This record gives sequence, C-alpha cells and structure tokens, in this order.
Amino acid sequence: MTNQNDMLSPEAIKKIDREVAKYPADQKQSAVMAALVIAQDEKGWLSKETIAAVAGYLGMAPIAAYEVASFYNMYDLQPVGKYKLTVCTNLPCALSGGVHAADYVKEKLGIDFNETTADGRFTLKEGECMGACGDAPVMLVNNKRMCSFMLPEQIDKLLAECK
Amino acid sequence: MALIDTINPLLTTGWSKGDAGWSLKDYEARGGYVQLKRILASKMTQDDLIAEVKKSVLRGRGGAGFPTGLKWSFMPKAAPEKYVVCNTDEGEPGTFKDRDLMRFDPHSVIEGMIIAAYAVGAKLGYNYIHGEIFDMYQRFEEALDQARAAGYLGNNILGSDFSFDLFAHHGWGAYICGEETGLLESIEGKKGQPRYKPPFPANFGLYGKPTTINNTETFAAIPFILGMGGEAYLNLGKPNNGGTKLFSVSGHVNRPGNYEVPMGTPFAKLLEMAGGMRGGRKLKAVIPGGSSAPVLPADIMMECTMDYDSIAKAGSMLGSGAVIVMDETVCMVKALERLSYFYFEESCGQCTPCREGSGWLYRVVHRIEHGEGRPEDLDLLNRVTDNMMGKTICALADAAAFPVRSFIKHFKSEFEYHIENKKCLVDPEVQRAGSGFFKAGAA
Ligand SMILES: Cc1cc2nc3c(=O)[nH]c(=O)nc-3n(C[C@H](O)[C@H](O)[C@H](O)COP(=O)(O)O)c2cc1C
Ligand code: SF4
Ligand code: FES
Repeated sequence: MTNQNDMLSPEAIKKIDREVAKYPADQKQSAVMAALVIAQDEKGWLSKETIAAVAGYLGMAPIAAYEVASFYNMYDLQPVGKYKLTVCTNLPCALSGGVHAADYVKEKLGIDFNETTADGRFTLKEGECMGACGDAPVMLVNNKRMCSFMLPEQIDKLLAECK
Repeated sequence: MALIDTINPLLTTGWSKGDAGWSLKDYEARGGYVQLKRILASKMTQDDLIAEVKKSVLRGRGGAGFPTGLKWSFMPKAAPEKYVVCNTDEGEPGTFKDRDLMRFDPHSVIEGMIIAAYAVGAKLGYNYIHGEIFDMYQRFEEALDQARAAGYLGNNILGSDFSFDLFAHHGWGAYICGEETGLLESIEGKKGQPRYKPPFPANFGLYGKPTTINNTETFAAIPFILGMGGEAYLNLGKPNNGGTKLFSVSGHVNRPGNYEVPMGTPFAKLLEMAGGMRGGRKLKAVIPGGSSAPVLPADIMMECTMDYDSIAKAGSMLGSGAVIVMDETVCMVKALERLSYFYFEESCGQCTPCREGSGWLYRVVHRIEHGEGRPEDLDLLNRVTDNMMGKTICALADAAAFPVRSFIKHFKSEFEYHIENKKCLVDPEVQRAGSGFFKAGAA
C-alpha cells in the first residue's frame, strides 16, 4: 500500500503545517480549506485521491474533506486548463461590461463557460461577485490573480501573456 | 485601484498613498496603535471601553446595522475561552469596501480587533477573508507578521498582562460564508452552512465558545472612535446613525469607487462625488445597500440621505453600503434575472423554502426575460417569496426575495411589457451601449 502522504510534496506539507499552527491543537480540521488550496496549486486540480491524502494528513474522514472540496466553488474537482479564467458577470459588474467581457473571451477562445480550449491552455468559468465591482470588468486568473478594468485591449493583452 | 473621495476622512485617512501606505511604519506615523497603547497603559476597564463604543452608536457595517457596543456587552465575562472574528468575506454583490480597507489600511483592522479582544476578553482571533481576494489575504498575513514583531500581538502585549493572537483564514468561493454562523462553520473546516439561532455566537460561537463577530469596517472604525471619543464620532453623523461610512458606488457612474462620507449625506451629493451619471444619461434606479436590498426608483432615491433610517423609511436597507446605480439603458427584468440566478446558485440548500424557492424565482424570471412569461407569473413570483421570507435558518432566503418583490413593485409595467410583447422594453442595442465595454463604432 502506498503511503497517502506521498501524494503531497514536502513543500506542500510544510505549507500545510504552517496553516495547522494557526488553530488550537485539537482543531486541525480548520486547516482543511487552506490545505486543499495548497494541494490544488500543486496538482492542478483535486482528484479523490488528493482529497483523501489531505484528509489523511489532517486526521479527518475523506468524506469530510470531500464535502468541503465540493461545497466551495473555487476548488476544481475536474482537470482544468493551464489558465483558468473566471469572469464576474454579476449585476454590478454587468452594468460596466462584465457580461460583455465574458462574451468577448468566449469568442476569442471559441469556448463557452465550463469548457477548456482544445490545446488545454484555457478554461473559462462564470464567477460571482469578487468584491471588486468598482474595477469592473474583473476576472481571476487561476483563482489568485485579480485583473481589473478588463476592456477588449486588456483582455487581448492578458490572453497573449498566458502562454 | 478604486477611486476614492471623501468629505470627512477617517477610515480613508491612510489611503492617499495608495499601495505605498499600508505597512506598519506608515500606520504608526498617522497615529496607529496609539489607542491600543493608551488602553493598555491606563489599564482601562472593559466596561469603560464598551461604554465608549456604545456612545459612538457605531452600527455594524456588515449589513444588519446592529449596535456594536451592545453586541460586545453580550459576551459572557467569566468564560475562559473566547474568540474575536472578523468578517472579510465580502461577497454581497456591489460591495468592495473591505477589500480596499485590507489593501490600504490593514493595521486599522488589526488594531480594532485587538481592542475588541481586550474589551470582550478573547485570547485568539481570526480574520476570514474572501477567497477571491487572495492578494489581500497575503497582505494581511504580512501585516500580522509586522504587528507580531512589534509586540502588538502575542503574549503580554507591550509588556501588559493582556495576550491575544490573530490569524488569517481564507474562504474559497461561497457567498453564504458571509453569514456569520456559516463563516464559523467554515473556519471549523466544514461546509459553510449557517446554524440555527439562538444560540447566538456570543454564547455559542467558534468551536462552541463565546465569539464576537464583526465586519472589517466595523473593526477599522474602533481606533478612530477611541481617538476622538464616542460622542464626537456620533456627532459626525446623525442621531442613531453615528460616524462616517464607506459607500461602494458601482454601475453607471463616471467614477465607480469607494467614498467615505458622514452618515446622513444626501444621495445626490454622493452621486456627484462619484462623477455623476455616465455619459450624462438619466438615473433609473438604485439598489442602495448591496444586491439583497430592495431597489428604489430614481425619484425616491434622490430624496434619500445615506443613513440607516432614511433608507429604511424609503423602503429599502442601507445594508453593506453598496450603492448600485442603474441608468435608463438597463432592462429591469434582465437585471433581476442575474440577481435571482446568484441567490439560486449560492443557496446552501439546507432549508427547503430557500433551496426550492430560489430556483423557482430564477426560473420564472428567466422565462419572462426570454419571452416565455405568462400573465400569472408576477403573482406567482410574489407567492413564492411569501413562502420564503422569515421561514428559513438564515436571511439568504429573504435576500433572494427582496429584489424580486421590489423590482416587481416599482417596475411592474416593464415586467408586464416583457410578458405581453416577449421582448425588453429597453432596446437591446441601447442596453449593449450602456456598459461602455464596446467603444463607439467597434464590434
Ligand atoms: C447571506 C448573508 C451574507 C452575508 N455576508 C456578509 C459579508 O460578506 N460581510 C459581512 O460583514 N457580513 C455579512 N453578513 C452579515 C453577517 O451575518 C453579520 O451580521 C456581520 O458579519 C456582523 O458584523 P457587524 O455587526 O459588524 O455588521 C451576511 C449575512 C447574510 C445573511
Ligand atoms: S436560508 Fe438558504 S442559505 Fe440560509 S441556511 Fe437556509 S438554505 Fe442555506
Ligand atoms: S459584481 Fe463583479 S466583482 Fe462584484
């Protein structure tokens, strides 16, 4: 039997330990959200095996970690492209071009929401309010990089930059 | 960067240097941590501290407007283990003030939380930060390291017998974690499903222990209140509506951004500060307190002042202070359709009236928008909301119902036109031009 912890690199384990240290000693499970993000960053997406490895490391049941991974929108339970673009289309953004920005990206990449380009480069997602509506249109690149004021020219630049 | 302007800067004093003014030395240079030092040096009593906050009539900036001092006084004195939690899960559509607070002045939030911890006797705290603003989460962690190194956090803060530590916890895409008990579940490493109340967090909070939870802006206001005194802070605003408030102005204005103004400032003044209507077009409607607040038509809104009481009297809510401005290019059916989709998508699914009701609302508004509406649909929508409001574990169901009821109430003829004519009252080309995404003449 393979040791489940082998699934996570020593660097990932180090980062997870840093998260665990934030909580009372008997509340390791509190680190599961951060740990799943660390694992997702490393693997690109969260397979059942990866989720189970995180659960094992934190001493929780795999199903409990899976429940968390499936509840929050930014965990990817399926493989995604190298660049995941999430465009906010909620009303405040839409008033300043959020939906049009998403349409523009769709046309340029030839994909719809929840699809990945044939070359595996881009996945497109529809997002909810990111708390940045004053910068509309906004989009997230790979969950962590927020791009503001994404008018056609800026979108062209971003797409060209994502190689 | 979100543009800012202000009549009476408190919360935004540190913002003028943009990203160059957030760190500890800048915060100290503008009087930061002086209040914490004063409290510790004078051994101020918890009761005196809470009394000062009560005097300010600071009302929670997270949406419900509950008096902060009163909330702190609910914490049981004797409990050995207590927590302070900050709600930076800013996900209410239209709201983007906490992001800028975290970006330009994270230490004001930290100082506010330390003072709150002193007032309620907590030794550990967490700031729950919206997953989508990961760069702000990282900045906050940096600010925490600075505060810890300077002796503002940890054991025996500044040589006193008061100890408190504080950590950052991030979300990962779930609006419902903004609801305080959903947020606590989420810190515990679970699905963010709200808890039944009572018991309230002051008795049964994080890990089942007494917990004070406040919004980011609420905590950030604390050092300023103690600096000027509760009464002076109250007098900045108007009775029962103390102080200044950040308003996130989005939508069809020339300068979307955060504006700090005294409570009671006329809406017309705020609109003017935000550069007026984009392209000089006509104001049609405003959602004055985040997407969960009832929409108000232009004429009613232009008579309002920006404070809890005035907006409530007009039939809406000041909520989170997110002011969503819509001009005449907006199709109200389409606008409502997007909001209804949001609540349907974000319902956590525990309560049948919310889970099923939010789906009904979205599907019926969707079919009206797509030319398949039926004459009886408006009554149906109102009936569905009747079965949701006040019948669920948390207020998300009400938040889904308010937009539907208010859009239909104030813009009924537009919905009826849609049902009868199977198309928008506002020409699609006009709608398309409204967003400003496409330059004139371009495809
Ligand atoms: C569906 C829902 C979403 C909420 N989202 C937020 C939020 O993003 N930020 C926030 O501070 N409060 C939010 N609240 C309100 C919180 O439950 C809570 O009242 C608030 O954090 C208390 O802080 P305050 O007293 O300082 O306002 C939300 C409430 C509900 C029902
Ligand atoms: S009202 Fe909706 S979001 Fe709130 S607990 Fe019930 S199902 Fe969940
Ligand atoms: S609506 Fe798009 S960031 Fe808020």
